[in-house]
Amino acid sequence: MRRIISVLMENEPGALSRVVGLFSQRGYNIESLTVAPTEDATLSRLTLVTIGDDHKIEQITKNLNKLIDVVKLVDLTEGSHIERELLLVKVRANGAQRDEVKRSVDIFRGQIVDVTSSMYTVQVAGTGEKLDAFLQALGEHTIMEVVRSGVSGIARGEKILSV
Amino acid sequence: MELLSGGDMLVRALQDEGVDLIFGYPGGSALHIYDAIFRQKSIKHVLVRHEQGATHAADGYARSTGKAGVVLVTSGPGATNAITGIATAYMDSIPMVVISGQVPRDKIGEDAFQETDMVGCSRPIVKHSFLVKNAEEIPAVVKKAFYIANTGRPGPVVIDVPKDVTNPAERYPYHYPEKLRMRSYTPAGKGHSGQIRKAVALLLSARRPVIYAGGGVVQGEGSELLTTLARHLNYPVTNTLMGLGAFPGSDKRFLGMLGMHGTFEANTAMHHADVILAVGARFDDRVTNTPNKFCPGAKIIHIDVDPASISKTIVADIPIVGTVQSVLADMLEAFKSSEEQPDQSAIVDWWRQIEDWRERHGLYTAPRYRTDGALIMPQEVIRAVYDITEGDAYVTSDVGQHQMFAAQYYHFDKPRRWINSGGLGTMGFGLPAALGVKIAHPDKEVVCVTGEGSIQMCIQELSTATQYHLPVKILCLNNQALGMVKQWQEMQYEGRLSNSVYEESLPDFVKLAEAYGHLGVKIERREDLHAKLQEAFAQKDRTVFIDVYVDPSEHVYPMQVMPSGSMRDMWLSKTERT
Repeated sequence: MRRIISVLMENEPGALSRVVGLFSQRGYNIESLTVAPTEDATLSRLTLVTIGDDHKIEQITKNLNKLIDVVKLVDLTEGSHIERELLLVKVRANGAQRDEVKRSVDIFRGQIVDVTSSMYTVQVAGTGEKLDAFLQALGEHTIMEVVRSGVSGIARGEKILSV
Repeated sequence: MELLSGGDMLVRALQDEGVDLIFGYPGGSALHIYDAIFRQKSIKHVLVRHEQGATHAADGYARSTGKAGVVLVTSGPGATNAITGIATAYMDSIPMVVISGQVPRDKIGEDAFQETDMVGCSRPIVKHSFLVKNAEEIPAVVKKAFYIANTGRPGPVVIDVPKDVTNPAERYPYHYPEKLRMRSYTPAGKGHSGQIRKAVALLLSARRPVIYAGGGVVQGEGSELLTTLARHLNYPVTNTLMGLGAFPGSDKRFLGMLGMHGTFEANTAMHHADVILAVGARFDDRVTNTPNKFCPGAKIIHIDVDPASISKTIVADIPIVGTVQSVLADMLEAFKSSEEQPDQSAIVDWWRQIEDWRERHGLYTAPRYRTDGALIMPQEVIRAVYDITEGDAYVTSDVGQHQMFAAQYYHFDKPRRWINSGGLGTMGFGLPAALGVKIAHPDKEVVCVTGEGSIQMCIQELSTATQYHLPVKILCLNNQALGMVKQWQEMQYEGRLSNSVYEESLPDFVKLAEAYGHLGVKIERREDLHAKLQEAFAQKDRTVFIDVYVDPSEHVYPMQVMPSGSMRDMWLSKTERT
């Protein structure tokens, strides 16, 4: 099963390599990973997406918790949560294509953030599934370059992850 | 406040931490630190002959005392040579602090002379590591390193120190922190009382219980409690290779070691058990054999200080996270105050069954090796040494057949007496570990059980034994081949001995020992065994290399059937299978 694990860790050099190293060392899978400092500069928040059965996920969270740099973590997929990923895509847009692309962007509530005479750069935010659907809607022939941020997430309601 | 250079700060912080012994080897990046060591008196430094030896010696010191071993090496090759010893300590959860020199901060990343990314190299085999970025943080880093190494599930911690940070020309205020707060590290303490209640009830209802105790009981100082608990309940106990000594080897409730080369009675009892109490053990693959055939009828209670060890390979029915000491104390309290008692008739039947297994194939009810041949059998050498040392020696070992014979035939009545590389299986461990033990226990008999293969992996430490006058006994079970490799090749590769024999290239170990200033004794004839061993062990003040030529065709049995065997599927001899 696909899981989104959110980790608060010390904002120290080497902390990220310990997390990534743990995954390769123990043969766990990372689908995506994002990390940035939080409002408290001593802490970083890392969100990773991984796939595994309950037993594997339990081992992953236990071993992450064992890392000295990890302060706290939560498996967001255990409760209701909001998941977002940012997509930037350069799309070929000539003649009639320009309107067609624009319509798709509107349908997916994206924005055109840069324009040249033959190209749009489009930004779309949403779940991974939505971004996949948008790329499919564009059709392969128009896509010049794709960059995705990886998943970030936060729990719904009053639940918070903090120290 | 006192002003100190980084190098002096580091040494002062070690003193403030109570360190009185360092094993190490100097080199360029560590020279400021070495100068600081020269200018003080309270910490003794032992110069080894190879950095691997330093880590194993510190490891032996740590295993035999319970205190963290301390290692100091230089950057680059000094650091990488220490890696095997760090991994050895990591796999067996041994507290150790390894300080490595590093190139100056402004050279890091430039492929400078003797530069290695030590924090990166050691990352998968340390509990934690630090790269010191400025001198002011040295006291706090040292404090944290020892705290992390010693608490929770212990393990090695690396402190990588760039040379310019230890520069004697730059001085900073020194203050050693008394207290420590780490928001990201809270080792487990007491076990959950509800889980303990459930475990106690399950154990009281057991009809075929087995207590399976591992190295965590030794490390966590839980031996006394475990022994009291097992005797109170009159339940059988088996120890892992790492747990030997956690329960007295001469107690009649002791079934011997379990696992790949465990006793018939221990493995068979585990297989038929209805309740297993696992304490400080981690269901290693050398214990469980095929996981999905492991103890089919058993409910499993698992006590461990490390939650990640629980339900890793074998799912626990009642997991209890906590220190072995506090959980066992709580359980014992509950047993003593409980109105319920184990079903005595079921326990009596269970013991009767176990006694029957012992009689049939037990290792200790009759010799399970040849006793009428001309050749010396390795098992009888261990028995003889057990008798000579009155079962009270510190025994270190290397890795291979000799290790298994020692584990099977030397009964340890006390914890911290059996010192071997169980998890990583590091050949070369035995001799330097013995030196570390001897320094910690100068008045005790220290025996390194080894083979002619393993001993050659760290044999240079014979020179360290000379320099620091460390009279250990080296017992080499010489079968003129890499015995365990050869055993597998004979059992599983139709006897094709690929690169497991030396073709007449073995050194004369007696002369070699003499070259280092030690005594050498060679024993080839069976009739000489006891007298010559006596003679060698009578040399209290000398390091003695005892080279015993044993039957080269002997295998270690029992041996679990692999792959796809269960606990009880064992070879009992070359021709007999369960």
